[in-house]
Amino acid sequence: MNAASLIQAVKDRFPAGVKASHSYRGDATVILGREFLLEAARMLKEDTLFQMNFLMDLTAVDFSTFGTKRSPAFFANSGIAVSPSPEIPDADPWPGPPGGHPSAGAAPGTPGPARFVVVYHFFSLPLKHRLRLEIPVGEVEEAEPEVDSLSSLWASADWLEREVWDMFGIRFRGHRHLKRILMYEGFVGHPLRKDYPVNKRQPLIGPVN
Amino acid sequence: MDLTKTPGSPPGEPEIREMLLNVGPAHPAMHGIIRIVTKLDGEQIVDTDVEIGYLHRGFEKMAETVDYNGVIPYTDRLNYVSPLINNMGYCMAVEKLLGISVPERCHYIRVIVSEISRITDHLTCVGAGAMELGAFSVFLYMIKAREFLWELVEMVTGARLTVSYCRVGGVKADLPEGFDERCRKALQETRKVLAESDALLTRNRIFVDRMSGTGKISADDAISHGITGPFLRSTGVEYDVRKDCPYAVYDRLQFDVPVGTRGDNYDRFLVRMEEMEQSIRIVEQALRDLPPGPFLAHPETGRPIPAAEMVDEGKIGNIAAIVDARAVTDPTLEGAAKSQHPNIEAGEKRVFLPAKEDTYGNIEGLMQQFKLVMYGHGIRPPKGEVYFPVEGANGELGFYIVSDGTSSAYRVRVRPPCFAIMSALPKLLIGDMIADVTPTFGSVNMIGGELDR
Repeated sequence: MNAASLIQAVKDRFPAGVKASHSYRGDATVILGREFLLEAARMLKEDTLFQMNFLMDLTAVDFSTFGTKRSPAFFANSGIAVSPSPEIPDADPWPGPPGGHPSAGAAPGTPGPARFVVVYHFFSLPLKHRLRLEIPVGEVEEAEPEVDSLSSLWASADWLEREVWDMFGIRFRGHRHLKRILMYEGFVGHPLRKDYPVNKRQPLIGPVN
Repeated sequence: MDLTKTPGSPPGEPEIREMLLNVGPAHPAMHGIIRIVTKLDGEQIVDTDVEIGYLHRGFEKMAETVDYNGVIPYTDRLNYVSPLINNMGYCMAVEKLLGISVPERCHYIRVIVSEISRITDHLTCVGAGAMELGAFSVFLYMIKAREFLWELVEMVTGARLTVSYCRVGGVKADLPEGFDERCRKALQETRKVLAESDALLTRNRIFVDRMSGTGKISADDAISHGITGPFLRSTGVEYDVRKDCPYAVYDRLQFDVPVGTRGDNYDRFLVRMEEMEQSIRIVEQALRDLPPGPFLAHPETGRPIPAAEMVDEGKIGNIAAIVDARAVTDPTLEGAAKSQHPNIEAGEKRVFLPAKEDTYGNIEGLMQQFKLVMYGHGIRPPKGEVYFPVEGANGELGFYIVSDGTSSAYRVRVRPPCFAIMSALPKLLIGDMIADVTPTFGSVNMIGGELDR
């Protein structure tokens, strides 16, 4: 199926759950409410229309500083405006509803008010189509945002969810042993969050068995 | 894993306990730093726990702090046995984000170098795996073949390991003169080595006994774990990104996707051996179909001028003296002359550096150069997100990039193919003997740089 019909098919099944969708550069993307995740994932895996037998990738994005990055060069904006070329469309392609994270100055064009977006990339080997599912989490200032675990459906979710927990501090409900995977036990913080400084150093506190 | 279990034994009987054995983090049979805690019943593995992360360098965090082209050297260090495929994957993901495409010759060059990389990767994996089972001579033969191929890589990119060859919107330089001939010769030598290794291994009793039937996984389990690449194909599933989601010019090249039947170590060995042969086929076809490059002007007639002199002439406005002249540049810029430029870059001025002749010779080129290299300038893709998969040596290598419209990526995520395979390692090992850890782990082809990022 092509991107448009994939999105339409998901919308038909979850009219209430689909918050937004886009097919930027041909990648079918559906932004879904988090309470529908497990149900939608099961449908994607088992429905003959989708047959998504691969959970290719699972990651997250911290949108808390989206659109607030200042250009480090003070004269960066003094240049002559370049008119958009047909090869690089300059029109804002971001699909999401306008209004960013409140603390981020509500930059229009961010994917929504949530701080994090958990991103799932599905692939169907029999039908050769891909779908990206995005679950916004952390709308309110939750200390530990949480989504359902997909480890009961795909074995690959096990380690990938551990990595997202390690790097972003997003919990997965129903995961058997959600512990750090790339960092060591005793590491403080979640390094891929935007508020974690790049050059922060931490002492190594030996492995815990 | 329950480490405290010590089952009580009936009185009079010897006490039977399960033993814990720690393999790694630094162990001669580990091709990287990784720790496998095995629980043994006799010699049989009852349970394992795999610990990774010893080589975590924060690739994804670093990629958020540098500009788009600045990420390329970091991608070299992901899968350091086949860095050119990582280069290509990352660059094609950013190109998808930008919505540009590179010229045909550039596509072919990328395909050639990435297939050469695939052969070097498989040679290393099979050679090292065989060495660990005692077949040391095979390792030496295969490393010899890898050396021929790395000489080609050095010839094209100027480096052997940290190549940084691709650029967003093109490649660093065109293929050097005489590459065609050297490449064909190296491939012939590689074919000979493959035949020798095949004779030494494929029907070798010791090798077959160690590899056959060990490290088995079913096709369903492999798919559920998200395993791709030669590892998945050994279970009989025919999935190759080059065939199923073709990119660059793979849809124009003829090649077969070898599949196994049993999903054990021996099948993985056979799949990798056949894939090398298919990669050689691809390179040969790509060399045949490679669109012709420019005829390089002869140094005398092409009037090469030292770069400094060119700058001086340009400063006093003597454009007539330097127009159409070739600049004598640093040897590292060989292959990126003005005449070669249209073939290796996308022709989008906001993405690719101008030819050095333009940078030195006219103000437009100079401004273009500075607008791309100055801190805070550089490539600025529109806001958006893309995922782009390529077939890495270990399986699907995907880059997921989120852009916020500034000169550095908002988020770069790599889908490392061996992460999925490593997550299935307990499934591969449990039930086998402790000695089977070596061939199984060898056939996983774990690359620490890519696994831990």
